[in-house]
Amino acid sequence: MSISREKVKIISQEQIASGIYSMWFASRAIAQEAAAGQFVSVYSADGAHLLPRPISICQIDRERGAIRLVYRVAGYGTAEFASMAAGDELTVMGPLGNGYGVAAARCKEDSRILLIAGGIGVPPMLELARDLPGEKTIVLGYRDRELFLKDDFSAYGQVVIATEDGSAGVPGNVLDAIRQENLTADLICSCGPTPMLRAVKAFAQEKGIPAWISLEERMACGVGACLGCVCQSTETDAHSHVKNKRICKDGPVFAAEEVEI
Amino acid sequence: MNTKVNIAGVELKNPVMTCSGTFGSGMEYSEFVDLNRLGAVVTKGVANVPWPGNPTPRIAETASGMLNAIGLQNPGIDVFVERDLPFLEQYDTKVIVNVCGHSEEEYLEVVRRLADEKRADLLEINISCPNVKEGGIAFGTDPGAVEAITKAVKKEARQPIIMKLSPNVTDIAVMARAAENGGADAVSLINTLTGMKIDIERQCFAIANRTGGLSGPAIKPIAVRMVYQVAQAVSIPVIGMGGISCAEDAIEFILAGASAVAVGTANFYQPDVTLQIADGIEDYMRRHQIEEISQLVGAVRDR
Repeated sequence: MSISREKVKIISQEQIASGIYSMWFASRAIAQEAAAGQFVSVYSADGAHLLPRPISICQIDRERGAIRLVYRVAGYGTAEFASMAAGDELTVMGPLGNGYGVAAARCKEDSRILLIAGGIGVPPMLELARDLPGEKTIVLGYRDRELFLKDDFSAYGQVVIATEDGSAGVPGNVLDAIRQENLTADLICSCGPTPMLRAVKAFAQEKGIPAWISLEERMACGVGACLGCVCQSTETDAHSHVKNKRICKDGPVFAAEEVEI
Repeated sequence: MNTKVNIAGVELKNPVMTCSGTFGSGMEYSEFVDLNRLGAVVTKGVANVPWPGNPTPRIAETASGMLNAIGLQNPGIDVFVERDLPFLEQYDTKVIVNVCGHSEEEYLEVVRRLADEKRADLLEINISCPNVKEGGIAFGTDPGAVEAITKAVKKEARQPIIMKLSPNVTDIAVMARAAENGGADAVSLINTLTGMKIDIERQCFAIANRTGGLSGPAIKPIAVRMVYQVAQAVSIPVIGMGGISCAEDAIEFILAGASAVAVGTANFYQPDVTLQIADGIEDYMRRHQIEEISQLVGAVRDR
């Protein structure tokens, strides 16, 4: 697998919810190599903001040589990206990290798969939903009725919604929805805020379902050198020789039992 | 044109090195950088046993810089010798092993373990990490302690030693002289400056360690000044670092008195920056008709 760092052209950019943007950019090299669950580093054009912003890949169009990012404006860098339009150029490096490959390899046509995502963890689930074989139930948790990307998922399986303010779907979080709908599966893939992932891990353990979760942390290098973005691992890691794994390089997707969250 | 530099009898093909802790052992960056083209690879600090480092978040961006408090996470000297040194063996570059410890004995254990490792060309002794509670900076902020640890390491080391100095002192020249008196073959500076960032929305520290080491272009003028002061104070070679992100920055450090330069934070946002700096130094030499890079070392003068 090779990583490209290049100046790419933005194909389109639109706001799809409050503070949530969807951008397609052209990169044949990244589109060829990328897999669901991987991310790219996006760089600010302002020299005072040095560190790349890690953003997960939402969709991969290999034919067109294009990548879709759906991201939340969280600070200077993401606000700058959101201000850009079709035709503008930005510097991107990727694909980075390990996606859901190990989980995907275990899925067959008759597998029952539960995809669980919350908030800005929803976007990377889209490529995974498209990619995985099997019968998929997709549980998406949102703050309110701004159900961004919800319709994109309906082609790939049954979509169950939970909202914190109760304005759509099941009131509460994704676990409330899973329990109310009595959902089960042979395998779980999940992405979202840490408290949600903690609950998903506990649920998977309780039901004996193998689960893969995608973690996030502030990153500097994005390639496994600086050790800025580690998470705690259950066992001593083969690379670090301590109970730490690098989210950018060994992750961001881990088997739930590999990591302490 | 000759870009070769000599640090304590070790010849580097050019003055461009990596800063410890920003480049791992070169493995992750070998995809972006032909390591053969670097003067030296300086490896991530290694201790006698594996260290887990600090809790996360470990990093935060600041204006033209970043704070880090990794806490010297490392896999320990055994893994380093078995895995990282053989990896570097494949490349025609010098290897500088950065050594860390909580106590004199821990430093010495690593130094002894490296004695017969032909692949380690130089040792850089980290007495300036601001992010570990014991050792690290505790050895680097008192001239008596600097001299003592330098002497102890020098006695055991088979390779020439570079003492890496902290800028978190009143007078870094005093520390450099202490290292020289202790028998150091060279000094490198600066390590990071202790800083802090507060997340005002959550009203909490941005990094778990509360304080972190500030690096990046923000600290470059301080580093250039300190390299100049130290170069005036000692007669051993000075390796300059602190916010270098292009060839022009590197030249500034060389003119201030650095025999070689190291690139750190810039690797994070421009993975091949070291190669661009090596090329840019040659361009500068051509432009200024400089035959020997040594002609530039400390060549700064008053206007």
